[in-house]
Amino acid sequence: MIHDTPITEDELHAYVDGELPPERREAVEAWLAAHPDDDARVRQWRAMSEMLHEKYDHVIDEPVPAHLSLDRLDRRPRQWASMAVAATLAAFIIGGGAGYALRGVITPSPVIASLTGDALEAHRLYVVEVRHPVEVAANERAHLQQWLTNRCGWPVRAPELDAQGLKLVGGRLLPGPTGPASFFMYENAAGERFTIYASRAAGGTSNMRYAARDQDGAMSWADKGVGYVVAGPVDKQKLTQVARLVFDQTEGQKL
Amino acid sequence: MTDFRDSVESMIPALRRYARALTRDIDLADDLVQDTLVRALRSEKLFLGGDLRAWLYTILTNLNRNRRRSLARRPVLTELHDTPEPSGTEAEGRDITRALATLPDEQRAVLLLVALEGLSYRDVAEIQGVPMGTVMSRLARARAQIRSVLDGERPVLRRIK
Repeated sequence: MIHDTPITEDELHAYVDGELPPERREAVEAWLAAHPDDDARVRQWRAMSEMLHEKYDHVIDEPVPAHLSLDRLDRRPRQWASMAVAATLAAFIIGGGAGYALRGVITPSPVIASLTGDALEAHRLYVVEVRHPVEVAANERAHLQQWLTNRCGWPVRAPELDAQGLKLVGGRLLPGPTGPASFFMYENAAGERFTIYASRAAGGTSNMRYAARDQDGAMSWADKGVGYVVAGPVDKQKLTQVARLVFDQTEGQKL
Repeated sequence: MTDFRDSVESMIPALRRYARALTRDIDLADDLVQDTLVRALRSEKLFLGGDLRAWLYTILTNLNRNRRRSLARRPVLTELHDTPEPSGTEAEGRDITRALATLPDEQRAVLLLVALEGLSYRDVAEIQGVPMGTVMSRLARARAQIRSVLDGERPVLRRIK
């Protein structure tokens, strides 16, 4: 008989919240009719919901404050597609010493070219280290980020690169062309290492550039006054994927 | 994409309500909503469809949780702010606010998402990243605790660990 069906606590909640399957409704109502204590609880739960609505529903009718307007919050959308196109057009080779050999349609800014050179130097210097590849290891990630943030002057965060099979090894502080630079190293199961180098770059925001030197490749861009260089083995497709992950996780608002 | 932005925009009032109830502080609530919107707009290309509403609530809930975790760890007695109350019985409003303040974060979030925002149990499970059973247990405990406070059995100030 319906009236003998056992009722669960969860079903009482579901009854109040409109989550009860229709076929259970009669059984629950019969139970509540026969059990005044449970009925009182259910009524009180309903009363709680009403109190919440009475207290807070007025917020729905408030005019949305100006600082929450999407037009203000939505700066020019970050167009990954157009940046990737710029990268394919603007491949250039970093030379050692005096100048840069440029190959491609778009001239990279001198700042980005310089940053890329420094980043590749750092990449080559440290990825071969077995015992001391980084100064602060990944097990002190929070401290590492805080330290670099304090020294560099913008919010420094080590992005999550698990989606590319890369785990954080750690990081260090480096001298950049116009100030300190943050440096993170990542490693995959195959032992390949990628690094992220960031330093101040006058000139705001730029499109993404690809560069290669011997066995190493790099994707570089500037974002609101900070230049980023993601370096790794010279596999442009892989570098693009890693750079994208880094790009998506970096803060838009800087300095 | 305009559809995405329009959908996000239409959810702002409800997000403000949820944030207000969650934090009991008007300015803090709107800051949370602003952070949520910024992240949502930036992540448009990462949002691969699914429930936009649940996604937005997830971002906001996580942002608040991060904020709470980074607060000082010393035991502190909560200071309860009396938000100016334009409508409803003043005494009743204070009671439910104080009662909410005695709940642990996860229980408060579940109660508000279900009872105020009207989200389904399944949505709440997704938002909190827990099994349905955990949602039900948090909901039951939240309702029991609120009931105790409203019945005057428990003190209204609680020690934060």
